Amino acid sequence: MVQLPHFLTVSALLFAAGVFAVVTRRNAVALLMGVELMLNAANLNFAAFSRFSHNALDGQIFAMLSIVTAAAEVAVALAIVLNIYRNIETIDADRAGDLRG
Amino acid sequence: MNAYDLAFYLIAAMALVGAAITVLSRRLVYAAFNLLLAFLGVAGLYALLAADFLAIAQVIVYVGGILVLLLFGVMLTHRIYDTTLKSVRVQPLLGGLVAAGVAVLLIRVAWNTPWNTTPELAREPTTAKIGEAFMKHYVFPFEFVSLILLVALIGAALIGRSRAPKSGNGR
Repeated sequence: MVQLPHFLTVSALLFAAGVFAVVTRRNAVALLMGVELMLNAANLNFAAFSRFSHNALDGQIFAMLSIVTAAAEVAVALAIVLNIYRNIETIDADRAGDLRG
Repeated sequence: MNAYDLAFYLIAAMALVGAAITVLSRRLVYAAFNLLLAFLGVAGLYALLAADFLAIAQVIVYVGGILVLLLFGVMLTHRIYDTTLKSVRVQPLLGGLVAAGVAVLLIRVAWNTPWNTTPELAREPTTAKIGEAFMKHYVFPFEFVSLILLVALIGAALIGRSRAPKSGNGR
């Protein structure tokens, strides 16, 4: 019988995949993909706890708000990435250090 | 194993395979298209969790919006003749260790914690309830997040537009 820990396990593996992408990739768009995977894992946890707990809908509402925030985040992040590409002709995250003090 | 369990394992496998290829593939376009698999898998898991509205919102927002934006990002930031679109990978060993550590920790927590769960909840449509909750109890977060979205999108449009020379005092 599939229960709460099964969903949490899937979510943990998705989150770990996102962490791996963020640690190992240097392309800014690939980094964003990792961040999206982590956000999805967190939302999956919200929905799972919402399903298996008494107060049925709060988790889903939190996940909705989180999806909206993720959409805003990815729009701003891609705008920044495009601007970086326009200015330094690369989106290697290690080479975008112009603002470093 | 009943049909629900079978569906869970199939959908979870789809999501995890998609996520793994996304993370491991060196070609960014492959990574983006496998992210589609991962997002659809998560939407399927939402449906299994009786979160029908959330599943549809996931398909619309992630698959229809965020993934398309990411593909735009991949394609606009590489020269069009650059067919390889490779992404270098650094510190694979360290990254693998960190990711495995995170996964082991979270899975141990998931299985060893005595969660206070309810055994069985009725599966019923959630859309009306979510709408009512957003308009009553959660009206402030709802308005706030819509304001955030508006400001973020205006900011993104402002940051991302190409600098056309203005008439008169163009830079």
